[in-house]
Amino acid sequence: MPSLTVPPGAPPILQSLTVPPGAPPILQSLAVTLERMLVRILVLLYLAGAPALAQTLCQPNASNGYRVRISIKTALGNQAYEWNENEMFLFRATMAFAMRRYYKTETYNVDNIIVCNQTRRVSFWFVVISPENPTMLIPKADVEKAVSMSRHRINNAFLLTDRTLEFLGIYPTLAEPVNPDTPPWLIVFGVVIGAVFAGIIALLVSSLLQKRRKEKGMMEDGQDEEDRQMKGVENGINLDGIYNRGFTDDDRFTKL
Amino acid sequence: MPEEGMEDNKEGEERPKWNNKAEYLLTCIGFAVGLGNVWRFPYLCQIYGGGAFLIPYLIALVFQGLPLLYLELAIGQRLRMGSIGVWNSISPYLGGVGVASMLVSFCVSLFYNTIVAWVLWYLFNSFQEPLPWSQCPLNHNNTGYVEECVESTPVNYFWYRQTLNITPNMETSGSLQWWLVVSLATAWSIVYICFVRGIKTIGKAVYVTATFPYLVLTIFLVRALTLPGAYEGLIYLFTPDWEILKNPQVWLDAATQIFFSLSVAFGGLISFSSYNSQKNNCEKDAVLVGVINSATSIYASIPIFAILGFKAHTNYVTCLNGNILALTNEFDISDMNITVENYEQWFDSLNGTHPSRVSDLKLKTCDLQTFLDQSASGTGLAFIVFTEAVISMPGSQVWAVLFFIMLFSLGLSSMFGNLEGILTPLHDLKLVPKWMPNELFTAIICLLLFLMALIFCLGSGNYWLEIFNSYVGSVPFLIIAFFEIIAVAYIYGIGRFSDDLEFMTGHRPNIFWKVCWLVISPLMLFVVLVAYVAVQAQTPPTYAAWNPDYVNFPNTEVLPYPDWVFAICVLLSSVPVISIPLVAIYRLICCMSGRHSKDSLHNNPNPYANEDYVVELLL
Repeated sequence: MPSLTVPPGAPPILQSLTVPPGAPPILQSLAVTLERMLVRILVLLYLAGAPALAQTLCQPNASNGYRVRISIKTALGNQAYEWNENEMFLFRATMAFAMRRYYKTETYNVDNIIVCNQTRRVSFWFVVISPENPTMLIPKADVEKAVSMSRHRINNAFLLTDRTLEFLGIYPTLAEPVNPDTPPWLIVFGVVIGAVFAGIIALLVSSLLQKRRKEKGMMEDGQDEEDRQMKGVENGINLDGIYNRGFTDDDRFTKL
Repeated sequence: MPEEGMEDNKEGEERPKWNNKAEYLLTCIGFAVGLGNVWRFPYLCQIYGGGAFLIPYLIALVFQGLPLLYLELAIGQRLRMGSIGVWNSISPYLGGVGVASMLVSFCVSLFYNTIVAWVLWYLFNSFQEPLPWSQCPLNHNNTGYVEECVESTPVNYFWYRQTLNITPNMETSGSLQWWLVVSLATAWSIVYICFVRGIKTIGKAVYVTATFPYLVLTIFLVRALTLPGAYEGLIYLFTPDWEILKNPQVWLDAATQIFFSLSVAFGGLISFSSYNSQKNNCEKDAVLVGVINSATSIYASIPIFAILGFKAHTNYVTCLNGNILALTNEFDISDMNITVENYEQWFDSLNGTHPSRVSDLKLKTCDLQTFLDQSASGTGLAFIVFTEAVISMPGSQVWAVLFFIMLFSLGLSSMFGNLEGILTPLHDLKLVPKWMPNELFTAIICLLLFLMALIFCLGSGNYWLEIFNSYVGSVPFLIIAFFEIIAVAYIYGIGRFSDDLEFMTGHRPNIFWKVCWLVISPLMLFVVLVAYVAVQAQTPPTYAAWNPDYVNFPNTEVLPYPDWVFAICVLLSSVPVISIPLVAIYRLICCMSGRHSKDSLHNNPNPYANEDYVVELLL
């Protein structure tokens, strides 16, 4: 007696197709063919309906979806590439990569990323469906974390930046400022002030040495100085007498 | 070291001498050409109708600037002393003019070197990638940018917070900002090293400090003319608006600009020319210095305005791009379909079809003229507007470094004159003890000035600097210059002065100079002084404070000066010039009490009294 194994999730109509054990063989084979056909039809319907079902999951303003906005010409100018199906495929693959990386599994595939509502901007919505359960969407928060984790890789796959590949609602983490141990300005200041102080000391030392040399020179012909002074006194009326302005042509003092 | 051919003064001390004429001229030019030529003249040109402003400016130069300049150089060269000695010689009752010059130079040195310190701070910070004023720093938990920076701009934030760390008002003094103290120490050390051997070292330093700005201005000119928007900036600058000449304020500002630009009445020019030999043609020097100073102003305004035009253009394009992005995103138009060129057409068509959606976007109105109208002068131009422009230029670090080195050279060469106006009179007054070498005396003065200038390193320092700039750096100079010209033209006598000039230059001054000295320049100075005081008296004493808690932040909050601050302002204006009447009264009293003593012969020597002969007769 052929026993038809009815799959557990099968609709009740299939389950009621169990043939009683005492039935004639023609009936039994007819039941079998009928069941197989039904199963095939159901499977076909299921397969046909799944994308449609998934497509209904991806909608603008979907609760678990994100909108992506891409500005290729702004980023690349003359070297901008055309956005076509291949690029979209790359996007879905990159998103699957991001999900894999976040969950640390290898179950995600391109089919798990559903894209819809593409405009000529270029912008579109996407949702991520779970590989185990095609009707279940991955929650928004998890998608956000996955994107943030791999943001840099996603940007680089498209030669874009945080600004030109926007996930609306996911804010890019701010770049860590480079904080050098010594502020650069202190280095420049140190060089300048060191040079200036070295110069000051050099100039002061050299003028000191010059003065000493001059004093030594003066000491040597100091004898002549004294003679000159003596002569001055001898020559007559005191040199430190009253300055006789009548005889000067430096008449600046007469103008008072 | 003393050169041969030294002219001795009475005590047999050699007066230092310029190594060659070029050093003297470069020093005078460096003193006259300062920060104001770069950041004040272009601003005045812009707000007073561009090319038309040149007319009152050149008239003021010819009838007021050049005669004053010639006068100062001539008396310094003839009398061979600093400002105090010179005015004492001309008339003991007017010795106060020299004292006033010295006091004003002292006050100006305080704040001027602080500006040089700020320039140094920006220069040190220009050696970084990216420039620190190009982006906002993160706040302390790294969640976003610092709020104060986001509300204003990164450039404003760097200037007001990271440089000045300014307090919200003048009553809060804040604390000493150590990085500003360090920069100020550097500035004063550099000034000192140039002054160590007096004009020997200054003469060497000015070969660099006086010529380098011209090199940088030329480089900027070439660079700026290749930037987009430069052409609009230059047209905006030079388009003459002849109507503006009817406004008396223009003439007043032209006269004050020439006056402050030439740095007369500081006493520095008198000191510099006193180191010349007496047979130097100071007429040619004066005309040369005056003309070069004005030519530099005009030449500097070209790259400045080209760059300001570039900045306005950049701001305009950024504004438009913001609008374009908003429109593109709202209507899902293909990327880069709307460009700066076809923005108007797109906007009109979209506004026609979906006016409500377009108005919801709250697009900004972008007008190039509005951006060009945003003018700034003074520290605002250098540290806010120009630094913002430099960020947008490729290779920003190079341009920033060049710009700040240029400002530093301009400021340093002007500091030479300021400090000389203090040191030479003190030397001539014999206030320096004999045992003290010059280097030590200069060091003491520099140290004293540095310590006093530390008030400008406080949190409220910028407010104090503005006060010093407005009250010390304006009216006292006009008063001093007025007394100078009256003293020489009427008390010394134009006849005697012409004789001196004939002795020095070889020919008597022509009628133009005489008319200017006797009539035109004193009259112009008097009118400018009265008008300036009248205008100042009408403007309420307020200041613009940077207050992050202000309702309309990032606009500055206009606050009135507290009473005690206003009293200080009045003191700053009057104390330097009060020495003029004080010294006159003091001499009068001495003269009256001395009239009855035998010492009158020494006080009023009679050139025809041969005392030796008298003594012998008595014997």
